[in-house]
Order: sequence, then structure tokens, then C-alpha cells
Amino acid sequence: MVKEIERAGIPVVHVCTVVPISLTVGANRIVPAVAIPHPLGNPALPPDEERALRRRLVMKALRALTTPVDGQTVFE
Amino acid sequence: MRIVHYLNQFFGGIGGEEHAGHRPEVRPGPVGPGMALKAALGGTAEIVATVICGDSWFNENLEEAKATVLGLIRQHEPDLVVAGPAFNAGRYGMACGAVAQVVTEQLGIPVVTGMYPENPGVEVYRRYAWVVETGNSAAAMRTAIPAMAAIVKRLAAGLEPEPGTYLERGLRVNTFAAERGSARAVEMLVRKLKGEPFTTEYPMPSFDRVPPNPPVKDLSKAKIALVTSGGIVPKGNPDHIESSSASKYGKYYLGDVDDLTAETHQTAHGGYDPTYANADADRVLPVDVMRELEREGVIGKLHDYWYATVGNGTSVANARAYARAIAEDLKKYEVDAVILTST
Repeated sequence: MVKEIERAGIPVVHVCTVVPISLTVGANRIVPAVAIPHPLGNPALPPDEERALRRRLVMKALRALTTPVDGQTVFE
Repeated sequence: MRIVHYLNQFFGGIGGEEHAGHRPEVRPGPVGPGMALKAALGGTAEIVATVICGDSWFNENLEEAKATVLGLIRQHEPDLVVAGPAFNAGRYGMACGAVAQVVTEQLGIPVVTGMYPENPGVEVYRRYAWVVETGNSAAAMRTAIPAMAAIVKRLAAGLEPEPGTYLERGLRVNTFAAERGSARAVEMLVRKLKGEPFTTEYPMPSFDRVPPNPPVKDLSKAKIALVTSGGIVPKGNPDHIESSSASKYGKYYLGDVDDLTAETHQTAHGGYDPTYANADADRVLPVDVMRELEREGVIGKLHDYWYATVGNGTSVANARAYARAIAEDLKKYEVDAVILTST
């Protein structure tokens, strides 16, 4: 799905937990996520900390979208 | 021949998705599908132990998982490792593949597994294992086990498995040819020039790569859309998107939504434990934070719709078609960039 959106000319960032799959599929901008059932959250954290974690991940995704890349790049 | 068998929490009899976080453990002898494998192997080989690990735990702790599972396997001094079959279960296939990689590299013994060709484990790890092609669900266990056993028997007899009985591994094998390379190449070229059929000796791998688009110049003026394969839908799943092998995607209005809650949204996705996404779907589709960033002017606008399908077992061809349709729609709305989340 990432690749088809990229192909259409729209920059896209893939936020996902299993990075090797994203690399195989061909995503160009990749942000590793927290866990499979809650990629942008962590239910073990208090709500305000969980939200701060999510904000950090989204900011990282936005940074990836504003960063020029030559090929597949994982934004650790 | 001594075999150690690797299984996930489901086939290992520990439990379903709620146990996907199960840490690696080892049990003596065959377990679950190992029973059928034992029967199919007859006296050729003995399954001395079974290592079981939860699919989510393995993938979320990849390096630790590989090391721990390798340690448990090594204790039983196997001559061969069997993993799965994993059918079209993505996390399970990735785990079986990673086990194959670490076993091949560290123990230098063969690994036999079974997967559906679209399982991501095939693409990522095919060179580390003899991967038997299976159907896409456990209904194919009856044919998968004999096929895997046949390969184990060949290996036990010191023979290479027959080409065609496993998925191509992408390894080069030395062979002797009657003609030297230059003569064969010229013959091929002549055939090609004449328009006659010829068979290449080295098929080029088909990497379908798309070059990255230029970045977003000014976030504060950009319209950003959210797309997910994690199945986030309005509560009640109005389009009835299937929990597995989704036959469609959904497009949902987001203009009046500030936050996804247990009362308003849920996941339609099967295959992972939905508890956390159902309690707060922002954990998969971060609407709350995107709204906040929109208010703060960090991004120009959050696109008024989000798009969702279920990635679980969905064919590559379908996923491609959904994403093409979604991309067309995004262009219509002049969306500048996309955050796509996957579970």
C-alpha cells in the first residue's frame, strides 16, 4: 500500500513495528513503532505519558516526510 | 536424525492471540503439528523437542528472540530444525524465517518450513530454509506436513531436495555444462535476435521499487492524510470489512472527530489482540495527536477522511488495488503527504 501511494506521487511514511517487512515491501520512509497491537501507544504507560509517546512518534513521522531521502531510510 | 520443531503459541497449544506475547519455552518431544510430522516421518527422524514462542513477542523482540530460541534449540543438539508451517500468518512466517536464519548461521544445520508464497517470511528469509509452498490457512496442514516430511527425508538420506518441491531460495548452485559460457551466451543472443524462445541461465530478480518522492517543503501548509492497514473503523464496522483477507477498504469522515474512543471507534483487524486498539484506536490511527498538531499550526491540515483496510492475510494484489484507489482519492483532495500505519 505504501508503495502504491508513493507511486502516485505522494510522499508517504510507514509507521510500523516489523521493520523488515516494510523494507521488503519497499517503503522508502520508515518509522519503527512500539508494538504490533499498539504501534502508536503503550497501554502500560499512564495516559498522559502514552500520549506524549504518540506525539513523539508522529513528530518523527512528520520529520521523515520533510527529509529528502535517496532510498529506503529507517528513521530510528 | 534429531529434529527440534519451532511453533508459535497457537500451534504450540498455549493459546490464541491473547498469548501472542508468550516468551520462548521448550517442551520435550513433538507438540501439535509435530504429532502429524512424526507420523509422516516414520522412523527416519525423531522430534526430540519443541520450542514455542508467541508471535508478537518474537517480532517485537527480534534479537533477543533469535538468541533465546537458538539457545533452546542448541540444548537439544539437533541435526535439523523444522519451523511451522506458518501458512499465510505474517508474524509467524517472519518468526520461522528468523529462526531459520539464526540456526543456519550459528549451527550450520538445515531448516525446513512451510509457507504461503505471499507470506513476508518467504521474501525475507527464503535463502535460509527449505520452504515448502502451502495453502494460505491451516486448512492446508494435511498437504503441508507430508511435503515438509518428504524434504526432511531427503535431507536425512543425504540428498538435496528435488527442485520444484520447495520455493526457490535465490541461491546459486554450481553445475557442469557441455558448452562453455561464451558459446552458450552467443547461442542465446542469436536466438534472441531471431525472435526465437530461449531460457536465461540467470533470471534477473524483479525488484519492484518506487523511488522516494521529494519531501514536504512546509509542514505548516501541508494537508496530511492518515491511512492504515490496522483496520481502524467507526464503531460497529459499518462497511463490514473482514477481519482477515479483506475484500475492501473503507473511507471515513474525520472532519468532526478530535479523538478516537472505545465508544466511537474500533479495529476490524483479526490476527492481533484487538484489546488495545478497541480501548483507544488512537494507538493505531493517531487522530488525537494529529488534531493537536493541526491546532498548533505544526501541520496545515489533517485531511477530512481516513482510509482503512485490514492487512491480515490480504493478498498483495488486493492491497495494491485498494492503495491505488486511495491514492487517486488523495490526489483529488490535494493531499500533500500520508502517514500510513500498520499493525
